[in-house]
Amino acid sequence: MAERSFRQEVGKLRLKAGEEFRGEGILAVAKALLQSGVSYVAGYQGSPISHLMDVFADANDLLMELGIRFEHSASEATAAATLAASVNYPLRGAITFKSTVGTNVAADALANLASGGVTGGALIIVGEDYGEGSSIMQERSHAFAMKSQIWLLDPRPDLPSIVSAVERGFELSEASNTPVMLELRVRACHVHGCFIAKDNVRADFALADAMERPVRDVSRIVLPPASFLHEREKVDKRWPAAINYIQQAGLNEFLGEGNADIGIIVQGGLFNTLNRALELFGLSDVFGRCRLPLYVLNVTYPIVDDEVRRFCSGKRAVLMVEEGQPEFIEHNLNTIIRRLDLSTRVCGKQFFPQAGEYTASVMARALHGFLETYQPELTQGRSNPENLPKCNSSLDSLVHPRPPSFCTGCPERPIFSAMKLVERELGQHHVSCDIGCHLFSILPPFNIGAATMGYGLGWASAAAFNTPDTQRRTISVMGDGGFWHNGLTSGVGNAVFNKSDGVLVVVDNRYTAATGGQDILSSTAQNSLRTTNQPIESAISGVGVDWIRTVRRTYSVEQMRSALREALTTKHSGPKVIVAQSECMLNKQRRIKPMMRKLAREGHRVVRERFGVDSDVCTGDHSCIRLSGCPSLSIKDNPDPLRRDPVAHVMDSCVGCGHCGEVAQAAVLCPSFYRTSIISNPTTWERFKSAIANVLIDFLQKQNERRLAQ
Amino acid sequence: MPNKVISIAILAMGGEGGGVLADWIVELAEHAGYIAQSTSVPGVAQRTGATIYYVEIYTGAKSVSGKNLKPVLSLMPVPGHVDIVIASELMEAGRAIQRGLVSRDKTTLIASSHRVYSMTEKIAMGDGRIDSRQLIRAASDAANRFVCADYAKLAQESGSLISAVLFGALAGVQLLPLTRDQYEAAIRRGGVGIESSLAAFAAGFDSVNHGGTSDCVSGPGSSRPGPALAKLVKRIEQSFPPASHELLFVGMIRLADYQDVDYVGEYIDRLESILGLDNLHGDGEYRLLCETARHLALWMSYEDAIRVADLKIRKRRFERISRDVGCKGDQLLEIEDFFHPRIEEIADIMPASLGRWLLSSRIALRIKMGGRVIKTSSIRGFLQLYVVAGLRRWRRGSLRFCVEQKRMLAWLENIKAVATTDYELAISLTESQRLIKGYGDTHHRGNANYETVLGALPCVRMKDRPSATMENLIRAALADESGNALKKALQAL
Repeated sequence: MAERSFRQEVGKLRLKAGEEFRGEGILAVAKALLQSGVSYVAGYQGSPISHLMDVFADANDLLMELGIRFEHSASEATAAATLAASVNYPLRGAITFKSTVGTNVAADALANLASGGVTGGALIIVGEDYGEGSSIMQERSHAFAMKSQIWLLDPRPDLPSIVSAVERGFELSEASNTPVMLELRVRACHVHGCFIAKDNVRADFALADAMERPVRDVSRIVLPPASFLHEREKVDKRWPAAINYIQQAGLNEFLGEGNADIGIIVQGGLFNTLNRALELFGLSDVFGRCRLPLYVLNVTYPIVDDEVRRFCSGKRAVLMVEEGQPEFIEHNLNTIIRRLDLSTRVCGKQFFPQAGEYTASVMARALHGFLETYQPELTQGRSNPENLPKCNSSLDSLVHPRPPSFCTGCPERPIFSAMKLVERELGQHHVSCDIGCHLFSILPPFNIGAATMGYGLGWASAAAFNTPDTQRRTISVMGDGGFWHNGLTSGVGNAVFNKSDGVLVVVDNRYTAATGGQDILSSTAQNSLRTTNQPIESAISGVGVDWIRTVRRTYSVEQMRSALREALTTKHSGPKVIVAQSECMLNKQRRIKPMMRKLAREGHRVVRERFGVDSDVCTGDHSCIRLSGCPSLSIKDNPDPLRRDPVAHVMDSCVGCGHCGEVAQAAVLCPSFYRTSIISNPTTWERFKSAIANVLIDFLQKQNERRLAQ
Repeated sequence: MPNKVISIAILAMGGEGGGVLADWIVELAEHAGYIAQSTSVPGVAQRTGATIYYVEIYTGAKSVSGKNLKPVLSLMPVPGHVDIVIASELMEAGRAIQRGLVSRDKTTLIASSHRVYSMTEKIAMGDGRIDSRQLIRAASDAANRFVCADYAKLAQESGSLISAVLFGALAGVQLLPLTRDQYEAAIRRGGVGIESSLAAFAAGFDSVNHGGTSDCVSGPGSSRPGPALAKLVKRIEQSFPPASHELLFVGMIRLADYQDVDYVGEYIDRLESILGLDNLHGDGEYRLLCETARHLALWMSYEDAIRVADLKIRKRRFERISRDVGCKGDQLLEIEDFFHPRIEEIADIMPASLGRWLLSSRIALRIKMGGRVIKTSSIRGFLQLYVVAGLRRWRRGSLRFCVEQKRMLAWLENIKAVATTDYELAISLTESQRLIKGYGDTHHRGNANYETVLGALPCVRMKDRPSATMENLIRAALADESGNALKKALQAL
């Protein structure tokens, strides 16, 4: 991680037995990994698990002391393949990524891993990006666990439970020779809480031991006939072993008072929200002492038949609280109950909405429906669901959505401003998008982009549009993150091989910006742990693209526009790539702000640039905003008493990237924009020049003032 | 909601320090021996999107009948059960209400009254802003207690961030079982920018007790015209109704500034005929006179290169910029202006015949004008603009002047003709001047829209409610850049 320091967090990873850890859920997971004696950790950054990756990147000294190898994997597939180290050796390893997108990418390796099984504990920590704040398709990781037979943990969202899930997860994995997936929802990753730490553990069996005394076992390799044996082994050996361990270790919890004839089964991760909803009905208290029987599934796959029997026997009905769809657990429960010949009714989606996040309001409504049907006296006269918590739609016209957007000074903004200007000249083109900050182009004010098919797949998703029947080309966009993740092969290599005539814009901002600014191969930062400074152009030309243009400063809208225009109109046939370079402004500011302050304090010459709009020249049309969308370019009351439309206004947060001025110029908009340079500690020559200029300017200005004063 | 749990929802936009505020509250509570939990769903919303941070503080006993028990705290706010909502901006306060987080029976809403405009508001071609007063009214209605002040301004004044001011306001409402000292100690323990944060905290704290919702809408500036305009001022005071004086003075100053005293005389001459019509057909409020005076002054001070250059070299501009960027005494300030004049703008300020020739000749096609950046704070740059501004003396002979005068007179004639039969429509018609704005392509588009709308006038006059129809057309012309909305509105006629 280049521009941020996590030294304070690293300190928390060093806590000793008995000390109290305070911090975020995902950081607690990091600490739990160290307490479990892992030998290697790998992953691909992304919300909500980026923090784990970032802190480990800064904790290299500690990891070395513990003999742990930490990798920034090239992709989630790479991370998953890393777990191969646990196949033959008693090495504990963990990987992490955002799910389900990361799990999609990792699926091949995960399936192979799960088929052959593991010797050392293998833990897959997935940040389940579902519900509010999510930026991906709404799916469940649960399906991956089931299809490959990977056990799925979904612990209660408090730090002690999460930490215990990590520790027990390794044991479960080893007891059943099966990889284990730990699912953490976004809020659980970011929850602040505390737990009592244990000492970090250095593994007895080291990576070096494995490398120096390699072992192979052909029965663990996915190739016939072993692959057929694996499937039998999964059901005959590993499943029973897992069920055994889960029951023995008491991973699932039976809470609440036991004598009612209805009960609730809940995914561990939803426990806190359920408890709050129960509190609303007076059925639980702040300590989670529920008046109804509760069966908390901290392991959501596999479901333990015996435990289901124990919980459901004698109950008329149970409510299954299961977020997302399809409702795999509910299906599973019904099957188990049918096979056990119990008469319990399993209610789930019957009372819950089929799709969407289960907020406390949703939970309260479903609970109300369930209780009204099976134990109406418990709803305490709350017979009117209208009294339950709900939203207020009367403000819908006053409250606008505020989707995320390019940051102030973002170097990607001018790329899309240029695209808009080219669109005015050459007409609209099919624009194929990718995953990354640049995808914000699909929103106002740019409204550019027709589809996105996944990380690094920007160019691949325009592959069909390759026909001699039209002169018009397609434009694809790919970030540097996506490029190195797989875009180089799936996009660029594919376009070369299939003789595509399309245009690709690679946004090279020196980081995987959308995931928090981590380094990649083409980053220009010096990183002692990783190899950087590998130019994207070399890779592209290496796979056979011969039309490459590099725009070294995206802020030059004019250059960006001519590169795009040339790519779209040139007679050259074959794939065309524009590499648009400028450093991610968020990270650049983190890097240079403290540096500039320090230099100015020490008496060095420092220039701070800022843009502004002359409100008496601005006429309030806001074309500039429509072509820019910069957060620091806003509007304010018109100071002119004769005008009513608000004028454009540059806020103090401006970082002086110059985009608004460039756009005003390139689009021939208006002369309202100006740039100021504030020079701290100017040179003597500059002082002298400025003094002379000021005398003359002052004189002429005073003449003018005299006329105006009349 | 259980007793002993205080729930706080913080609505902020990415980068505003909502996370810092949540961290402060948690640290404060934990340090005081309470159990606190916070969480959020930042994700990509960190890139300027709307985010909610949620904190719960358990203030009750940690053991029940000798048994140590841990409270189960919620990871998301429950509509109707939130004690304190903190919104870093007014529309975010609206969002909190929309989401049901603010309830009449229990919620204290702390919201900053300043606005960070949404993209929808910003990209409107006219004025797309939501009325803040409506949001404030909704907030007062929804909350049990509504605490509101311009916390962004307080933050700026104390050289800190809004999070520190909001922290102060939270202390000010005195809903957590903690003292002011404890809050301040939390800031000190944070260790970064302590002094400015404490100042901001104090400002926020104090605002709660002598705040109130301030509504500062400033009227037009009340500066008096200078001595050279004295004769004309007298004329105004004698023959124009007092209700129009303030506006007329503004118009006069504007035009004297723009051109000269004679030009102001022409302005008043033109308005006199409107005044006559208003006396005959108006309702005594002189709305037609005032609106015409406003738009005519704007039209007569149309923006040509001379005007722009003139405004760019003003002393008060230099002073304003220096103040805005906070340039200190030992720092140097350089100002660079961005221009992209087209051949049309050059022809505009040439003598009319020459300008016309230039535009029709083949030279115009061959001249490529590039964008240029002029350093106005340098001698060279300043003089360039000074010379252009000096062309003011010859403006009356310029091509653009001829064109604009002809058009504005036609506009006035239309207003007069309409006023005799339909006073309200005449007022709506004055508004059409608003369509012509901007420079270059924008100006061109505005002009075209204006012509289109005016061309529809005969058709509009035959409608049931001509005034409303005209207003509709103007609104449609400002709805989008492509002109689709206007086209649709015209088809509907």
